[in-house]
Amino acid sequence: MRVSFQLNGKPVAAEIEPRTHLADCLRETLRLTGTHLGCEHGACGACTVIVDGAAVHACLMLAVQAEGRAVVTVEGLSADDALTPLQTAFRKHHALQCGFCTPGMLTTAHALLTEEPDADAERIRAVISGNLCRCTGYIPIVEAVLEARAAYRKKP
Amino acid sequence: MRGTNRYIGSPVERIEDLRFLRGRGEFVGDLRRENMLHAAILRSPIAHGRICGLDVSAALSTPGVRAVITAAQIGPVPTIPLRLLPLPGTERFLQPVIAADRVRYVGEPVAVVLADSAALAEDGVGTIALEIEELAPVADRRASGKHDILLFEESGTNLAMNFTATIGDADAAFRAADYVRREQFKVQRSTATTMEPRGLLAEWDAAQGRMTVHGAAKVPFFNRDTLARLLGLVPTSVDLIENDVGGGFGARGEFYPEDFLIPFAARHVGHPVRWIEDRRENLMAMNQARQTDCDVEIACRRDGKIIGLRGEVFVDLGAYIRTTGLIAPRTLAQFFSGPYRVPNMRITCQSLLTNKTPTGTYRAPGRYEASFFCERLIELAARDLGIDGAEMRRRNLIGAAEMPYKLPRLEPGSPASDTECDSGDYSEPLDRCLAEFGWNEKRELQGRLIDGRYHGIAVACFIEGAGAGPKETARLDLETDGTVTVYVGSAAVGQGLETVMAQIAADTLGLPLDQVRVLHGSTTYLQEGYGAFHSRSTILGGSAVFEGAKALLEKIRAAAATRLGSAADDIELVDGRARKSDGSSASLAELAADSLRVDATFANNNTLTYAYGSSAAHVAVDPGTGRVELLDYLVVEDVGRIVNPLTLHGQAIGQIVQGLGGAFMENLVYDASGQLLTGTLADYLIPTGTDFPRIRAIALENHPSPSNPLGVKGAGEGAIIPVGGLMANAVANALASFVAMPNELPLSPARVWLMGSINRSGGSPRPAATTTIAH
Repeated sequence: MRVSFQLNGKPVAAEIEPRTHLADCLRETLRLTGTHLGCEHGACGACTVIVDGAAVHACLMLAVQAEGRAVVTVEGLSADDALTPLQTAFRKHHALQCGFCTPGMLTTAHALLTEEPDADAERIRAVISGNLCRCTGYIPIVEAVLEARAAYRKKP
Repeated sequence: MRGTNRYIGSPVERIEDLRFLRGRGEFVGDLRRENMLHAAILRSPIAHGRICGLDVSAALSTPGVRAVITAAQIGPVPTIPLRLLPLPGTERFLQPVIAADRVRYVGEPVAVVLADSAALAEDGVGTIALEIEELAPVADRRASGKHDILLFEESGTNLAMNFTATIGDADAAFRAADYVRREQFKVQRSTATTMEPRGLLAEWDAAQGRMTVHGAAKVPFFNRDTLARLLGLVPTSVDLIENDVGGGFGARGEFYPEDFLIPFAARHVGHPVRWIEDRRENLMAMNQARQTDCDVEIACRRDGKIIGLRGEVFVDLGAYIRTTGLIAPRTLAQFFSGPYRVPNMRITCQSLLTNKTPTGTYRAPGRYEASFFCERLIELAARDLGIDGAEMRRRNLIGAAEMPYKLPRLEPGSPASDTECDSGDYSEPLDRCLAEFGWNEKRELQGRLIDGRYHGIAVACFIEGAGAGPKETARLDLETDGTVTVYVGSAAVGQGLETVMAQIAADTLGLPLDQVRVLHGSTTYLQEGYGAFHSRSTILGGSAVFEGAKALLEKIRAAAATRLGSAADDIELVDGRARKSDGSSASLAELAADSLRVDATFANNNTLTYAYGSSAAHVAVDPGTGRVELLDYLVVEDVGRIVNPLTLHGQAIGQIVQGLGGAFMENLVYDASGQLLTGTLADYLIPTGTDFPRIRAIALENHPSPSNPLGVKGAGEGAIIPVGGLMANAVANALASFVAMPNELPLSPARVWLMGSINRSGGSPRPAATTTIAH
């Protein structure tokens, strides 16, 4: 069957089996492989994408449920080759090592700071607790997200 | 020689990050090929049994399924050779690449289904009729040690290996001791849990007779040779390609059954085959680790000086000896005493086969467990003898004047297994740690009840042996655009290898960092390579790059001297140009016309580096819930020389949190029939962002390694070593009024609650094990 939605600001359509989840649709059908799969049961958060502004596990959402909605993946966070302030802060604070959980961390943090640019460390920790990272121990990730808040506050 | 850039020692932001942050990393699951088939694996649902029926006909008639591979298609089923410690006798217990007639753990591969999509392959797996006649399972090492039910009848034993580490005369020391104490300790089974599950993409070029496998990690060259042998090919007909790798921690990248099955499948069907492990498979099929218990004794003088350690350690090895399966047992015996001067020691370590997933190396293999045992003994001795925990350790640390200090001898072993602590002053990080932690002030809180919680502190010390040989290779090419490409035999598992190697090369050559490109971990780049294990990459790979860069620099200067008409020592490399003292110069791009290339090898003759450090922690224990809050954690480690403080700090913090997972949360639970009960990340709990927010790490470089030109020591596995013992001792000290004996990990809320509730329930505290103080 066919599903159509907005992906990183552009209209896309995909031919899929009804059982295909959104992450497989993005990765295998639309060939956008920045969204990673770490568990496929909603426990690790690596596949987090933003659907109509909300951070969502793409492994727990059927692709057909994206019909007509706006999906943003890690590839859509920066419009051009430059890093966003959030990505820059991740690099500065060494908030990633192997890079596998990073797309989900970025989408989760982006969704959070878009709604709550004043989130404190405790709030950031609570929100990213749905995203597992095995390399960093989370401390630099929290530091990076805290630093990135300023850029979200400036937005109109 | 040091270059002028001074990248070494600077917190250089990582090169790798630019692709990872934009979703442009390339992991093996991101790769596709035309006509690619997807593999799914039928795994044994039974821990121990005989296969008496395997009917794949329904799978073969499932739409989209193209083939099913079982032992019948493979013919004589090869076993997977050991990569490390292939000692005599081990050949009896190696894992076959697929189960033919016997299954020995839940998760053992029985069949591989190939289909047009992963979902269809999984559909096919679900239709296979597998009949297994169940045998009584060997559920744990105690059952194994009875040797009545055998995993390998023909061997007559479940004892896969028995190591003994000896120094001095332990029995004589115990006879002469003022104080002895005997205890039993236990560490649970856990696993590396890389965030990226394993995966492979194999392609067979029938015309060329060539196999190419993507998804390699850690040790691609060794695995290339192994795969070639198992497939009946020569190594030059096999290439293993390393992509971005989502975490290693010792487990990813070893040669597993799938590393044969997927390439075999690709050759069998003549299509590229991709297999991406799901998380349930990952938790039941990738190496597990750490399950160990022991019965050990410490002997001290009245002043706290340790004069002896002895006892028995038992490793629950799982169903087979895997490629690195004997490393933790070896280490448990030989490194039991850690950084402490123990003149008399005899530790035996039995590796016992059980019907569980086989074990292998996981960050600080054996050292984490041994440190837990040894630090608990020392803490108990200090308390019994009335000595402050920090002072007790200070009195027993190996002294700077004793370097190099020989560690116990291993049997069975070889001259190569003899090792010695190389250099340094172990008291420096201890002093720094105590000062920065505020030991003297926090000691006032020891055991005190404040706002409903008991406070405890503890300190522990460690050594981090690293840099297993024999060598590492690198090649440096001056490209026609004036940049330098560095090929290194080391592998990247997410630790920032590209950046660190680029720093070393750029500094040595005097080039800007962006003029250096690092390629690594694939067998296409170099004739040989050794990879990423034992925290060896910066030591051996970094030294190979350093030596190669020095040699390339000489070639560049010689070539420039010829062109500019001068002596080579009149040439300097400045900002990517070779300059003569009179101001004339040649660009590197021009000089590249001379085909300047260097092959370098750095061999260390198996001389290990020993980084060393101390860690301290402060916890608050809620006796009503058993919750332990970590209020402060500090590690201070001397790593010889720091190449990149940013990535080094990341290694330290990440290790500690991983170790805290093992201390408090992570637990692979099996039932009595050998079923894994924790097969999801909702059951197997690893730390999350809210668990451990307060951790500090300080790195020192007071004592460079004497065994490599950079002076670096391995630093990827030290900080995790003492975490278990440190947490247990801090909890024990917090709950001292309950005579709490946290001798078993993990320190789950239930276990801690029980320790803190003994008095309330009217029971008596557990009697202390045999303790003798001579009067």
